[in-house]
Amino acid sequence: MITYVALGFFAAALVVVQGRLFLWPLLSAAAMALGLAVPTVLPDAWFALRLSPYKGLSQALEVSDARVLHTRFGPLGQLTVVESPTVPFRYVPGLSLNAPTLPPTQLGVFGDGGSMTAITRFDGNREQLVFLDYTTDALAYHLRPSPFVLVLGAGGGRGVLQALYHRAPRIDAVELDANMLRLVARDHADLAGRIYGRAEVKVHVAEARAFVAARPRRWDLIQIPLLDAFGAAATGVHGLSETYVYTVEAFDHYLRRLRPGGWLSITRWLKLPPRDSLKLFATAMETLRRRGVIAPQQRIILLRGLNTTTLLIKNGAVTAAEIADAKTFAEARAFDLGYFPGIGADDANRFNILDAPYFFAGAQALIGDDPATFLARYKFNIAPATDERPYFFDFFKWRTLPELLAIRRAGGPGLLELGSVILAATLVQAMALGAVLILAPLGFARRGLGGARRLWRVAAYFLALGLAFLFIEIAFIQKFILFLGHPLYAVAVVLTAFLLFAGLGSGASARFDGRVKAWSAARAGHGRRLSAIQLAIAAIIAVSLIYLLILADIFDAFLHLADVFKIPLSLGLIAPLAFFMGMPFPLGLSRVWSGAPALVPWAWGVNGCASVVSAMLATLVAMQWGFSVVVLVAGALYAAAAAVSLRPLAAAPEK
Amino acid sequence: MSQDRDRKPSIRWRLAPVVRFVAVFACLAAESALAQTDRWAEPRAAMVRTIEAHAMSLPPAAGGDGIAPAVLDVMARVPRHRFVPARAERLAYADRPLSIGYGQTISQPFIVALMTHLLGIGPAATVLEIGTGSGYQAAVLSPLAAKVCTIEIIPGLAESAAARLQNLGFENVQARIGDGYFGWPECGPFDGIVVTAAAGHVPPPLVEQLKPGGRMVIPVGGVFGPQFLTLVEKSGDGRVTTRQLLPVRFVPLTRGQI
Repeated sequence: MITYVALGFFAAALVVVQGRLFLWPLLSAAAMALGLAVPTVLPDAWFALRLSPYKGLSQALEVSDARVLHTRFGPLGQLTVVESPTVPFRYVPGLSLNAPTLPPTQLGVFGDGGSMTAITRFDGNREQLVFLDYTTDALAYHLRPSPFVLVLGAGGGRGVLQALYHRAPRIDAVELDANMLRLVARDHADLAGRIYGRAEVKVHVAEARAFVAARPRRWDLIQIPLLDAFGAAATGVHGLSETYVYTVEAFDHYLRRLRPGGWLSITRWLKLPPRDSLKLFATAMETLRRRGVIAPQQRIILLRGLNTTTLLIKNGAVTAAEIADAKTFAEARAFDLGYFPGIGADDANRFNILDAPYFFAGAQALIGDDPATFLARYKFNIAPATDERPYFFDFFKWRTLPELLAIRRAGGPGLLELGSVILAATLVQAMALGAVLILAPLGFARRGLGGARRLWRVAAYFLALGLAFLFIEIAFIQKFILFLGHPLYAVAVVLTAFLLFAGLGSGASARFDGRVKAWSAARAGHGRRLSAIQLAIAAIIAVSLIYLLILADIFDAFLHLADVFKIPLSLGLIAPLAFFMGMPFPLGLSRVWSGAPALVPWAWGVNGCASVVSAMLATLVAMQWGFSVVVLVAGALYAAAAAVSLRPLAAAPEK
Repeated sequence: MSQDRDRKPSIRWRLAPVVRFVAVFACLAAESALAQTDRWAEPRAAMVRTIEAHAMSLPPAAGGDGIAPAVLDVMARVPRHRFVPARAERLAYADRPLSIGYGQTISQPFIVALMTHLLGIGPAATVLEIGTGSGYQAAVLSPLAAKVCTIEIIPGLAESAAARLQNLGFENVQARIGDGYFGWPECGPFDGIVVTAAAGHVPPPLVEQLKPGGRMVIPVGGVFGPQFLTLVEKSGDGRVTTRQLLPVRFVPLTRGQI
């Protein structure tokens, strides 16, 4: 934090220097001195991280004798290991009521103080792990004994332990966060039984989609265990987050990597009314339909425990023997089968009894003739997520909001996933504040603004640019999450590329303008003359449209590459687009400057307000209609800016 | 030994639950006699009215048909203000959780009433409570059951709650310090188990200690996040079924609130 503050002041000092304010050397020196002095003078407590008392880590530490063993920091966040000897963690999501043994000692691992996973004590005795045969995700091992397993999301090692218990001869465990692996393989290796060092276990630091794309290998079972905390899942804080793990295209990748008769097993928290599980079911059906499977409903099993559900998709038709095995497994563990080929209403809702067999009914609707109507009428958004709209965690429908508020005393707010609501509220705030900031200067400084006519031209041009630039930037960040594996990397690489190359474009804009003018003059009399602004915008639109068509294929072709190759490739892909995107703003400003210089700060301000609004608006548009629409809207806004620029942006001041 | 096994329970033992039931009600009746001078009587009655109104907004399976009159009657008599710290007395009958120290809370009265109602216990019942806290839930259970066993993991809370319950005459309550996950086999089996701490799953030892025909009410979900108030029922043949009733938010150990 201190570093950030110091950097901020240092940057301010640089601005003063770069702004040629050498006439004020004292100001410059003072800013630098502040940059160095303030962080060291202020009390450390001002910069200390204060964890919300409602976060899992805060709550865990309130338990008697609980203490932090240590913390690991990394680019993907902070991992905190907690020991709780008096009230052990016993973190086994989905554990059956009939589990014959209890989990051994565990350490809790909290990601950024929130999402929890656990490292379980293992001394090599498999019998200690029998409880892992009493969770919903164990079913796959009963349908395909001793499989070659791929665990996508190794975390604290639970998936690997479960595979070891079921005598899997080969286990590939993929984890995105290297620090998580270090906790299990190094820091707490003794407690964890050195599971990641076992001969049958191979650990990979990679993103799930990239790993699957990169390996030509096939597995008998691909397990995607619970990857997020229940609290986060239930409150919808991930509603705005893109995830490419649960999309139709991702399912297609996974299914391609299954051996004949193999299973894809995905476990999620159980929510009521059903959301995750039915969305996964719809995604499975859509994927199988796209793959041309004639009877996709013959390939799916849905299992429901007390607080988890597991969806199983087979590479092949489910057999009668497998259905019998699934029934036996569920009966012994008091789990309910929500769907299997040929399920009857009597087979569902037997142990964890719901008011109505919601999962069964939902699955029946989704395998029926008109799933689209069911998806449209359902009170939550359970339409399959796609790479185009990778918002798996967004279950919110605006039309359900009044109903949830009406039943607020009966738990309605608990069903309200706040992500979209907060985003929309923030957008409204930003728009209102933006309008004030844009209009207020006109009210009290109209004369000072040079009395320019047609202010709306300036406003429209810079508003369109501000919206369009961020629309494309946000859409590309979201697109590149798939390619680069994590939002953090995508933001860093895409922003760097846009800032760098847009900066270069801005720098080159004057020369480009000169060349275009010279070229236009040489072609005088040969049709309509295009300005540098219009040419730059034409290039932006052309490159954007080309990327809309080919970016997915480029990603498919190179997803398997290491980051060291993917990052420069990403920079290269963004470079031409960003280069031209850097031009319209300075070109427009120079025109305003020549016509009405007093309007330049105002124009800059309009652009700034539009940029702030754009970031939120782009996400809402992407959630509703997909990334392609965001890019198309950006193209339309750029086209509008070009149209506005056909006439002088700001007329000369009135005499 | 065999003689001991064959011997029928003496009349003293058979009457014991009745005697305790009468004794506890006598205490409450005595307290009721003072109601005219009890400045808390009206707030307590208002609290009960709030609970009744609140219950009507729930689905039938979650208590929407109304809280049992016996439960409401007890709620109208148990002096909740004696279970909260003196500084919070004025809020004792508000329908909200209150801090009781040690980072813990006394549950919202509505949740106490609902959980008690869902247990559906009779006067001969043996009940286990996990998470004694201030002792209020145990006090509400006490007149409705023959025996209440309650476990609290924080020694300071367990001791003060035990003393409070004894002073107030809830003599059929047995309290101890311990980890509630493993239940209290020596005190059971139980007709009802009420868990007032968040659980990631239903602890199998508690299911084992539930009698056939018994019921358990437990918040299940994220230990450090929202949960579903869940009703676990064990049928006469030992088959266990569950029903998830409504979303709640409890916190680990003994703190509870909706």
